[in-house]
Amino acid sequence: MPEPVLRVEGISKRFGGVQALDSIDFEAHAGETHALIGENGAGKSTLVKILTGIHPADSGSIRIKGERRSLSRPQDAADAGVSAIHQEPSMFDELSVAENIFVASHPSTARFGLVSWPRMVRNAARLLQDLGTEIDPRKELGLLSVAERHIVSLARALSTDASIIIFDEPTAALSHSEIGRLFGIIGRLRRQGKAIVFISHKLDEVFRICDRYTVLRDGMLAGTGQTADTSEDDLIRAMVGRTLDDIYPKSKAAFGDVILQVQGFSHPTEFDNVGFQLRKGEILGFYGLVGAGRTEVMETLFGLKRRSGGEVRLRGTPLKLNSPSEAIDAGLAYVPEDRQNHGAILPMSISKNVSLPQIDKVSGSIFLNGSREDALVDEFGKNVAIKASSWSQLVEELSGGNQQKVVIGKWLATDPEVVILDEPTKGIDVGSKAAVHRTIGQLVKKGLAVILVSSELEEAIGISDRLVVMAQGRIVAEFSRPDFDREEIAAAATQQNPGVGGQKLSAEAPGR
Amino acid sequence: MAAAARTALQRREGILAVTIAVLFILIVIRAPEYLGEQNIDNLLTSWGFLAILAIGQMTVLLTGGIDLSQASVLAFTGMFLALLSQISPAAPAIAFVLLGLLMGAGLGLLNGIAVAWVGIPPIIATLGTMTIIRGLVYVLSGGAWISSHEMSERFKFFAADETIGLPNVFLSAIVCCAGIWFWLHFMRSGRDIYAFGSNQTAARNAGISRKQVQMLVFVVSGAVAGLCGYLWAARFAIAYTQAAEGREFAIIAACVIGGVSIMGGRGTVVGAALGALFIAVLETSLPFLRINAFAQLAVVGAVILIAVAANARAERKRGRQILAPQDRSTPPSVA
Repeated sequence: MPEPVLRVEGISKRFGGVQALDSIDFEAHAGETHALIGENGAGKSTLVKILTGIHPADSGSIRIKGERRSLSRPQDAADAGVSAIHQEPSMFDELSVAENIFVASHPSTARFGLVSWPRMVRNAARLLQDLGTEIDPRKELGLLSVAERHIVSLARALSTDASIIIFDEPTAALSHSEIGRLFGIIGRLRRQGKAIVFISHKLDEVFRICDRYTVLRDGMLAGTGQTADTSEDDLIRAMVGRTLDDIYPKSKAAFGDVILQVQGFSHPTEFDNVGFQLRKGEILGFYGLVGAGRTEVMETLFGLKRRSGGEVRLRGTPLKLNSPSEAIDAGLAYVPEDRQNHGAILPMSISKNVSLPQIDKVSGSIFLNGSREDALVDEFGKNVAIKASSWSQLVEELSGGNQQKVVIGKWLATDPEVVILDEPTKGIDVGSKAAVHRTIGQLVKKGLAVILVSSELEEAIGISDRLVVMAQGRIVAEFSRPDFDREEIAAAATQQNPGVGGQKLSAEAPGR
Repeated sequence: MAAAARTALQRREGILAVTIAVLFILIVIRAPEYLGEQNIDNLLTSWGFLAILAIGQMTVLLTGGIDLSQASVLAFTGMFLALLSQISPAAPAIAFVLLGLLMGAGLGLLNGIAVAWVGIPPIIATLGTMTIIRGLVYVLSGGAWISSHEMSERFKFFAADETIGLPNVFLSAIVCCAGIWFWLHFMRSGRDIYAFGSNQTAARNAGISRKQVQMLVFVVSGAVAGLCGYLWAARFAIAYTQAAEGREFAIIAACVIGGVSIMGGRGTVVGAALGALFIAVLETSLPFLRINAFAQLAVVGAVILIAVAANARAERKRGRQILAPQDRSTPPSVA
C-alpha cells in the first residue's frame, strides 16, 4: 500500500476537564474518500480543528506526504496542503463573495503586491462556475442563502489547491439536489487524486461515497476499515456503543386538550402561513434542514421577533406576543439553540442562572432575597439531575450536557405550560443526550406540552409524538407516530420551492 | 446608467451626499453670505480636521474597537510641537508634519499594546490613555497657553497657507483620505482589517493576526491625530491644554453618520468623509442662521444625535431571507 498523504498518530487533546481526543490514529490516501463518523461530541470536529491548525494537539504526530508537520497556526495547515469546509462556515457577511473565497490568499498585482480586484473577481467566478453556480462574486456574502454560502465556502477550500480536503458535515443545510451536486464534486476531486475526509453521521451518505471509514466515540477510536467490508448495523454499534432505544427513550404520556393553536403565522421574509396545534402531554417535533425557518417561528412565538400576520391562541386566549416577558407570563418557555449566547449566562453561578427568569419571585422590594433563591434552586435540582460541585459553581465550568440541563431547568422553574426546545442536544455527548431526552419525557408526563426543534432525524423521530416538517419557511408535511417514514420525512425536508405545493399540504394538515 | 445611479442612491453615501446638498442649499437660501470666500475656507478647514480624525477613527471602528484618545493626542502633539518651535525657530514645517505623525503613531502604539497585548477592552484602554495624555499636556506646559507671537513663523506658515486656492488643512485631509483608502482597499493588511471586524473567529481561522490588526489601527488612528495636533496648533496659532476636548463625539458621530458600523466590519472612507462634511456644514452654518452662540453646542449635539438615530433605524437588522422571494403570499411590510 502506498504511503498515505495524511498520517495522524496518537493525537490527544484536552479541553479543561474533558478529554476531547484520546490517542487517535487516522490516515487518508490520495484518490480516496475517508469517512470520519461518530455522534455529536465524539471528537470529529476537534480532530478537524487540529488538522487545520486552529487548535494545537497536546500530543501525537501529524505526517503529510511522509513529512512530519507541526500545525500550530491555520497558515501552517494551508501551507501543508490541508483545506477544510467547516461545519459552521466561518465566513464574512460584510465582505464580497470573491473576498470570502480569497481572504487568506488575495491574488496580487504583478508589481507592488497589491490586492488585484479584477483577478480576484475573475478567479472567484471561475471557481464558482466549476462548482456549477452563477453566484455573482461581487455580491455581499450576507445577502446569500444558506446553500449559496455553503458553495462559497466550498470554493474557498478549493482555491488553495490543497491535497487534503476535509468536509465537516457538509450536507446538514443542503437540499436533495444540492447534495447530489456536492457528491459529484467530491467524486471529481477524488479522481483528481485528492485525499478527501468526509465527516458525517448520516450513514447512507457514508456508504454512498466513501471508500474507508474511521469511527470515533467519546474521543476514542472505535473502529476503522473499508466500507465495503462493513454494514450499517456494525457502524451504528461502533458509533453509539449502545442501542438506539437507550438514546431515544420514548415515554408514553396521556394527551390532554389542545393548549396551543397557531394559524396563518407569517413573517415578511422568514416564514409564511405556519399553522399547527399542540395538546397537553404531547411532543411536537419540528424537523427540517438548518435554515428552514424553524428557529425563526419559535422566536416569533416567544415575542423575540414581530409577526406580520396570523393568530396564536393559548388555552383559547389570543396572545399578543409583543415581548418575551409577556410570553413567559402567558406560560411559554423557550430554550434557544445557542445556549452559549442566548440561553445561559456562562460566567454566572448555576443558582443565579436559574433564578434569573423569575427575578421578581426572588427579590424583595429592592434587594434579592437569598433564601428564596435557595429554595427555588433546590426545587430546580429535583427536576433535573446536574453534575456540579455546588449551586454556586459557574455554568461555564460545566460540561455541554449539564449546561443544557441548567438552561432547561431554569425555564421549568417559571412553571410553563408550553416548552419550546430548540436543538436541545446539539453538540453534547451521547450520554447527556439520553439524559436530556429523559428530562423531556418527564416534562410531558407532568402534563406540559413540548415543541422540539431538531435537525437530527433520529432524534425527531425517536421522541416526537407528531412531526411537522418545514422547508424554506413553510410547513410542507406533517406526520403522526407511528407513521414516521424516514425517507418521506427527509424528502419533504429537502424539497425545493415548497411555496408551489405548500398550500395543498398545509390544507391537509389536521386541525385546520 | 439609470440603474447605476439608482444603486448609488440606495447606498448610504448617496443618501448622505444628497442630504448634505439639500442642507447646504437651504442654508444658502436663508443666508447667502454663507458662500463668502472666507467662510468657505473656514468650512473646508473644519471639514479637514474632522475628516482626518474620523477616517483614523474609522479604521479602529472597523475592527470593532474605539479610540477615545485622539483628541488628547492632538492636544499633546500640538503643545509639544509648539514648544519645540520656540526652541528651534528654524525648523521647517515639513519637520513638524512628520514629527506630528510620528509622535501620534507612538502614542497610538501605547493604545495598541494595551488592547492587543495586555487585553484591555478598547473603550477602557483609550479612556485611560485619553486621561493620561491630557494630563501630560498640563505637565508639559505647566497649564500655560502658547499663543501666536510665541510660535515661530515657519511653524504657523504651512497650516495657515493655501495651495491652488485651497487651504492646506483641507488638502492634507484629502491626502490622508486617499492614502487610507488606498491602504484599506489595495493592501493585504488593509483587507485584513475588514475581515477581522466582520468575523473575528473566521479571521483567526484564515490566519489573520489579531494583534497585528489591532496594533495597526491604533497606530494609524494615533498618527493622524498627531498630524492634526500640529495642524490645529499652527492653524489657530494657539496651543492650549483643552484643545479639541470633547471632540470625540463629533468624530465618532461623523463615522456613524457616514455608515461606519460600531460593531465592526462595515465602513468606507467616502462615507466617513461625508459624515464629517455633514457635521462641518452644520457647525459652520449656525452663526449664519443667527442661532444664539451659547446654544450652538447644544443644537449641534442634538442634530448629530438625531442623524445618528436616523442612521441606526436604517441599519436595523432585517430578517433573514428564507422564503423564496417570488412566491411570497403576504406583501412585504413597507415600514
